[in-house]
Amino acid sequence: MYEAVIGLEIHAELKTNTKIYCSCKNSFGAEPNTQVCPVCMGLPGSLPVLNKKVIDLAIKAGLSLSCDIAKESTQDRKNYFYPDLPKAYQISQSDTPLCSKGYIKINDKKINIERIHIEEDAGKLIHSENSTTIDFNRCGVPLIEIVTKPDIRSAKEAVAFLEALKEILEYSDVSDCKMQEGSLRCDVNLSVRPVGESTLGTRAELKNLNSFTFMKNAVEYEFKRQVDAILSGDTLVAQTRRYNESDKKTYFMRQKETPAHYRFFTEPDIPAFSVTPSDIEKQKALLGARPAKLLEKYKSLGLSKDECATILDDPDLCDYFERLIPFTKNPRSASSFLLGHVAKKCTIDGVFRCDIKAQSFACVVNMFDDRKISSTTAKNLLSRLLEKDFDPEKAANEEGLFQISDERVLYPLVKEAFESSFDAVMKYKNGKVNALQSIVGKVMGKTSGKADPEAVTRILLLMIEKDQ
Amino acid sequence: MELLNLTVHELRDMIKSKQVSSTEATNACLFQIEKLDKKIGSFITVNSYEALKTAKACDEKLSNGICSGSLFGVPYALKDNILTKNIKTTCASKMLENFVPPYSATVETKIKEQGGILLGKLNMDEFAMGSTNENSYFKVTRNPYDLSKIPGGSSGGSASAVASDEAFFSLGSDTGGSVRQPASFCGCVGLKPTYGRVSRYGLVAFASSLDHIGSITKDVRDSAIVLDVISGKDDKDATTYNKSDTSFESALTGDIRGIKIGVPKEYLDGINKEVLSSIFSSVENLKYLGANVYETNLNLYKYALPAYYLISSGEASSNLARFDGIKYGFSAENCENINDLYEESRSLGFGNEVKRRILLGTYVLSSENYSAHFKKAQQVRRLIIEEFNELFKKYDVLVTPAYPTTASKIGQSATSIEMYIGGNCLVCANLAGLPAVVIPCGYNKKGLPIGIQIIGKHFDEATILNVAYALEKTIIKQKPSFI
Repeated sequence: MYEAVIGLEIHAELKTNTKIYCSCKNSFGAEPNTQVCPVCMGLPGSLPVLNKKVIDLAIKAGLSLSCDIAKESTQDRKNYFYPDLPKAYQISQSDTPLCSKGYIKINDKKINIERIHIEEDAGKLIHSENSTTIDFNRCGVPLIEIVTKPDIRSAKEAVAFLEALKEILEYSDVSDCKMQEGSLRCDVNLSVRPVGESTLGTRAELKNLNSFTFMKNAVEYEFKRQVDAILSGDTLVAQTRRYNESDKKTYFMRQKETPAHYRFFTEPDIPAFSVTPSDIEKQKALLGARPAKLLEKYKSLGLSKDECATILDDPDLCDYFERLIPFTKNPRSASSFLLGHVAKKCTIDGVFRCDIKAQSFACVVNMFDDRKISSTTAKNLLSRLLEKDFDPEKAANEEGLFQISDERVLYPLVKEAFESSFDAVMKYKNGKVNALQSIVGKVMGKTSGKADPEAVTRILLLMIEKDQ
Repeated sequence: MELLNLTVHELRDMIKSKQVSSTEATNACLFQIEKLDKKIGSFITVNSYEALKTAKACDEKLSNGICSGSLFGVPYALKDNILTKNIKTTCASKMLENFVPPYSATVETKIKEQGGILLGKLNMDEFAMGSTNENSYFKVTRNPYDLSKIPGGSSGGSASAVASDEAFFSLGSDTGGSVRQPASFCGCVGLKPTYGRVSRYGLVAFASSLDHIGSITKDVRDSAIVLDVISGKDDKDATTYNKSDTSFESALTGDIRGIKIGVPKEYLDGINKEVLSSIFSSVENLKYLGANVYETNLNLYKYALPAYYLISSGEASSNLARFDGIKYGFSAENCENINDLYEESRSLGFGNEVKRRILLGTYVLSSENYSAHFKKAQQVRRLIIEEFNELFKKYDVLVTPAYPTTASKIGQSATSIEMYIGGNCLVCANLAGLPAVVIPCGYNKKGLPIGIQIIGKHFDEATILNVAYALEKTIIKQKPSFI
């Protein structure tokens, strides 16, 4: 039996205002050759100047993927001729990638990230019947190139990884990750080997994977192609192949170049740059401690995708939530109250700030989870806590805010309401679910709102069921 | 003509005091060019219309009482690898024969702001590769001191224009001695500042870590004035530095008592007898002026030239790759496919010396050659820099000959190898980024200029210029009899 050994090479465009080596605007969709200057067009005499924001965002990306960040880094020239590359070299990083040794966990399996480095994008070739034109707008757009170790074993895993990566890069506000606009591009390196072996087979690099589906199809086709080739005794050649969506096959493009082909050497026009601990702290603070770990943690606590997104998107909100977690029995509940009730009241001019003591907030949430107070009471207490701090449990006690959830207490009250609501019961039995509300309402009225509506409903339903 | 004999500082004083107008000075230069340049060949492009227009504007400003700029009304010229907006910039190559840049180099903008008047663009060795100026696609430039001799290269036109009074000063570029050697051959002052002192933005790159923009002037004071204008950190060039210096011109005192001068004996090997004699006389003069002179060593001297050629060729092969016939410059016709277009455009567009360097450079950067050649050369470079650092702990400046010989005959510069070897005296300062100035220190029996070089610590142009300033006063300048 053969297994696929897959590594991914992902390029993500960074969300800076200007390009990586010049002050041209970095945005998608402009008229061709309107966002260009002597530097990104590679005119003679032009020189690159590194945009510091690019380093910041690359560090942020590295941190969000649990990478080590290099203390000293240089840029290198990758030399080759192609019409979309105006200088005939791409300024990239070869020897000293800015980030290394990161990972993303997919279903408890670590997919390792070998390296992340910064580089400039090339222009775009537009092919027509008789000619090809070049749009240089994209030249100099800042990219991070993320290279994984060949830890992926299936198309499914590859897609899962890419989805997770996209999520993380979006959360950390590093890239738009729009595959359809090309701000996220993925190439697949795939080889096969007998299960149990540890050496790597001859790999093919797959390009033109413009969507998750394309990638999945390409991987599945290529795996089969390579296995078939081996089984028929053919030798595989290291090559680059292009995926074709119309027949879902991959086709030979060219033989794989070796690194030596590119004549890498250190870029003399850009001095080496250092990354200080304070640079890293600054990006960490902006991330709001948002590495993939937090996302994992919140998901495992049961928060929904949207809740995670909202919390992780706001460093201050996230910090506050982090402070709540140790005191709450059910963080999911805490998140619900925080996002549903408190966040709006505490956000002024887009900045979140909540002065409720974490223990007090948690105490309210815990009482709700213990069914001691109703949702309404919980919200009221939280609103009061915004004004000033007090002991919520003590207040609930003194003010008689506790819910009545004791079934022995509720049963006679429910029975009374049930027996006096013949019409409502009939309507319910005929399919009108809402009819229950009026009966529950009677019990709430009798108890001045203190009855636990859930408990009341439960008892009521059992009563109706028995009454057949 | 007396006006043309003036230095920049003399001319600008006369313009400011209205004894001479900008228009007069510019016209004088243009007439000189008319008269002499068919024989000398300094210029590729003469910008007469614009130059006179600018001169007229200067004169108008002056009559309205506005007279700002340390180069107010002074006509000058630029080597043709320094970009000038809307003015053809060719690098003396067929590849850029008709290239008109949409932007100007930072140095041109700075000089313009100080009132300088651009006369035109000067001939050079193609893409700055060469030391005789015979590698130009367009024409040969001749030494004003002897028209059968080379002016030097690659900034040959920059030196011949100043030596023949066609311009009051010029800028050139110095990657392996290309400002200092022509200055030496043409009896001018040639300054290569510290790497990072002057912005390279707008200089067509040959070897990025070795290229420097430098000046060629009639005397040392002019050199300091020009340096004050063109130096400074530039946001467009990440390799420039901000060094808050006082003006270089005001640092010229001529007092060099107590200065410690080292003369590395390796530099004196293989030097022509007459040149050596002139150098020794100058060293004696320096002693009279109060300097302490010591013999010293630069042990890695013999490795400098090989390191220079490996690094410069490697970087050049990369910098010149952008000339591919697609976006600008020469583009071959009737090509069947993209590879043909690349090959034809580059084979036809580049001259032989350029192709030689690109081939060598591509080779030393490829696969296993990289470690053995390019990387090793960079390591040797690091060691050379360290050796200089040690020397500069003991000495303030180093003094050496500018070149082993005086100017050789045109057409007889022999093989590439010999041409390459002559550059020994000069390349160390490029490898290490140290400032170096060359001034004429004498003339041989045939009246050809001999140059002496003063090398200083990083960013210490003030000291080397001051030593040059002091020495200059002891030398009687001879103008070319041709003029």
